[in-house]
Amino acid sequence: MATPQMIMYEDEFKQLNTVLEKLLREANAKVIFLVDKNGQLISGVGETERFDTTSLASLTAGNIAATGGLAKLIGEKEFSILFHEGEKDNLHISIVGGRVILVVLFDSRSSLGLVRLRVKKASEELAAVFDRLAQRAEEREKGGDGDFPFAEITDDDIDNLFS
Amino acid sequence: MSFINYASREINCKIVYYGPGLCGKTTNLQFIYSKTAPEAKGKMISLATETERTLFFDFLPLALGEIKGFKTRFHLYTVPGQVFYDASRKLILKGVDGVVFVADSQEERMDANIESIENLQINLKEQGYELNKLPFVIQYNKRDLPYVIPVEEMRQELNMMNVPDFEACATTGEGVFETLKAVAKLILIDLKKGK
Repeated sequence: MATPQMIMYEDEFKQLNTVLEKLLREANAKVIFLVDKNGQLISGVGETERFDTTSLASLTAGNIAATGGLAKLIGEKEFSILFHEGEKDNLHISIVGGRVILVVLFDSRSSLGLVRLRVKKASEELAAVFDRLAQRAEEREKGGDGDFPFAEITDDDIDNLFS
Repeated sequence: MSFINYASREINCKIVYYGPGLCGKTTNLQFIYSKTAPEAKGKMISLATETERTLFFDFLPLALGEIKGFKTRFHLYTVPGQVFYDASRKLILKGVDGVVFVADSQEERMDANIESIENLQINLKEQGYELNKLPFVIQYNKRDLPYVIPVEEMRQELNMMNVPDFEACATTGEGVFETLKAVAKLILIDLKKGK
């Protein structure tokens, strides 16, 4: 497989959210999302209920993928930061640890400079958590997996989904 | 590559509908969208040209139900079928868990079907996948039209790997859910193996 399966555990999930909450406060942002490069929403903090988070995650990943394609065409590895300026709200999108996408939505109560500064610091902390996750995934791969819940799925479980 | 979240107890999987231009990939998603209960689906997003040709992708999130206490969510994507959108097609295959190939049954589209399935194999390989190792199903669409190629003939040309295949008419919905169920089931069986 091109990329190993992504598994999120509760410990790491809590750690990620702590970093995101801190970034939300320090950057004076409205809402922050963490999205997998494949378009799956990992987590969101702030006024998340105001947004269609699933669509947002998928379009952000599409956006990053398209920009990444452009980067390769001109000989760049990737464009690690994208900024979209709107009339009221702005989006700061950046790639963390080469793997996940950090989306910060902010308005005039914050500024691009502040967001960039805080994102840079938070990115390092987030990357560290994802490194740990990758390590856990590797260990799981090596050691087989005793507690993998889906090994026990029966054909009936699958059929029941479609009944 | 499915995403398992122990914290929110969710499994997310990505299904990509592939096929030549105008074969009915978007129509498949539109039918699924129209027949799914509101609480089980999210918003369908279509990034299309003014003439309703898919430009980048269509996207439809579906929630099927629970397995072992985990909510199963499937994200359905289509690729743009037109030959010149190849760069976009490659991007959408990233992180795919299962593929549906939608073939156009009309005689004059057979060459386009073959070209598209070869293109699928090439693009998957570029992302490090092998089609014969992925959950994969084929749909022979537009069976309601006149001058269609017999299914047996299409099977010989397109289904060399002998994967599950279905006759369909995406505009009326015939075969659409059968196709989706088949690929979802293959993905879950893969998950069971811990892939």
